[in-house]
Amino acid sequence: MMGDRIRNHTLTLVAIFGLATFLWWANGNFDGYKIQIMNLIAINAILAVSLNLIYGFTGMFSLGHAGFMCVGAYVSSLLILPASQKEAIYILEPIIAPLHAAHAPFVVAVLLGGVVAAVFGLLIALPVLRLGGDYLGIATLGFGEIIRVFANNLVPITNGALGLKGIPGYANLWWNYGFMLFTFYVIIRIVNSNFGNALKAIRDDEVAAKAMGIDTYRYRVTSFTIGAFFAGIGGALLASLLTTIDPKMFLFVMTFQVLMIVVAGGLGSITGSIIGSVVITILLEWLRFVENPIIIGSFEIPGIPGMRMVIFSLSLVLIILFRREGLMGMRELTWDTLLSPFGKRGDVE
Amino acid sequence: MSERNIILKTPGLTMRFGGLTAVDNFDIEVQEGRIVGLIGPNGAGKTTCFNMITGFYNPSEGNIYFYDEDITGLPTHKVCAKGIARTFQNIRLFYNETVLQNVMIGAHLRQRSSWWQAPLNLPSFLREEKEISDKAMFLLEKVGLSDLAGEKANSLPYGEQRRLEIARALATQPKFLLLDEPAAGMNPQESWELMHFIQKTREDFDLTILLIEHDMKVVMGVCEHIWVLDYGKLIAEGPPEEIQANPKVIEAYLGEEYLENA
Repeated sequence: MMGDRIRNHTLTLVAIFGLATFLWWANGNFDGYKIQIMNLIAINAILAVSLNLIYGFTGMFSLGHAGFMCVGAYVSSLLILPASQKEAIYILEPIIAPLHAAHAPFVVAVLLGGVVAAVFGLLIALPVLRLGGDYLGIATLGFGEIIRVFANNLVPITNGALGLKGIPGYANLWWNYGFMLFTFYVIIRIVNSNFGNALKAIRDDEVAAKAMGIDTYRYRVTSFTIGAFFAGIGGALLASLLTTIDPKMFLFVMTFQVLMIVVAGGLGSITGSIIGSVVITILLEWLRFVENPIIIGSFEIPGIPGMRMVIFSLSLVLIILFRREGLMGMRELTWDTLLSPFGKRGDVE
Repeated sequence: MSERNIILKTPGLTMRFGGLTAVDNFDIEVQEGRIVGLIGPNGAGKTTCFNMITGFYNPSEGNIYFYDEDITGLPTHKVCAKGIARTFQNIRLFYNETVLQNVMIGAHLRQRSSWWQAPLNLPSFLREEKEISDKAMFLLEKVGLSDLAGEKANSLPYGEQRRLEIARALATQPKFLLLDEPAAGMNPQESWELMHFIQKTREDFDLTILLIEHDMKVVMGVCEHIWVLDYGKLIAEGPPEEIQANPKVIEAYLGEEYLENA
């Protein structure tokens, strides 16, 4: 047992080292487009794992992820935008005084984005988590929209519909994958602890969890807040990666993409979410060809913008119909399963 | 016989659902260290009593005293923290989790460290997690399930699920254990084993046990005192021999068949 643990830790370290080597190599050899996709994979993985904590492990059907991302994105962007750039882009109304001067290093800005998103998460969780099931989904969906409408109308803070432009693009491969590993580490440690067991108990049978002395409401609020924190971090990184944000970016479609990754990868499986992020991020890019005109022989199919999302919505319907548990179900891909000769899948330790 | 402490007292406990009085003036006193039973026909309100004692229902009238402390209306998880644990009539395990995890979840209530210590890997946190897992293994050995610790709870046979549910309840370190039909669906051999298991558990963990049961052999064999509930009202109480001979009980619950067979 002990030997296995040392072996697994070693393998994890080797894998991280391998990933770092690959990133270093990719940085020099990949073109900008491929690097952009790799960055998106890391950010999507952060978002998916954080939603999985809320939905997959604690069983709370939340549709508010875009809202938390929005908060994280704006907070962090306002902290890294240079004062001169702020003056240049706030055309409609000048930015309010304390934000004008506010500045922080990138890593602090991203973490603060997460913290403010977590505060919003906590505020929404306190009233809303008294609800369960579908009601929770509707309430969190409404919350996401409220955030977006605020972002659209609080012009002296968010610059309204014009959004923020010229955000410094600090979020390179190293930052994104670094934050990704940080997210994985924290959430895996939480999920594999006995606190994580308590969250899974709430998901499996809330009545029994209460009878076992678990304060289910408090635990749900905690899990929701942690999830919101990492969603905020994901949003902050995305803002710096794209260098421009506006409220329209954080429509429900954003939540839907993350939800799709989580459901396709397997609710309650971290490795499922990781695999889901890689596959779906690449597919989303690759499928762009369906939005361009396609010529087959003498036929020409005109390009339909948004066709990608039609295909993805359909595939989500198909996943739910035919493989409800997603790619991994609640199982995890562990070193033990990868190394065992028959490839038997194991569970989280 | 020496005077025993009263662990549970429920003066005038009443539960109404709209116009229906499910439990009417349920008034019992349970002595510490006893195994006592609550019997009655289906729909008599036995499980409703359990739900009131464990905080799932807020009683319409009356109070619940646990060691002279009024626990009426406390939320379920706080009742459990006071030292009252229960099992369910239709087993409620955490089916996606392993047998060991199920018991560890029960032990979580007494865990001192909190979630943010997990990513920090503090030695005190790791030590406590180890203690909890060891304690859970110990309880699994007590109920004879240690070989199955790594199995998913839903892969266990029925009888073993029952025992796992009891182990999980014991992990919360209760003083008072409520068992809702522990012998349901068991064959005579299994219920016979269960009787001994219940008695042994009481000795080992210094418990008071209140059980709802339909299996008369189990009730008469293991309970020292019995209350009989019919249509939400207590119609009799006493030691098993008296209950067996009480004509009101025979009429309401045991039926004529029982008289013929006895």
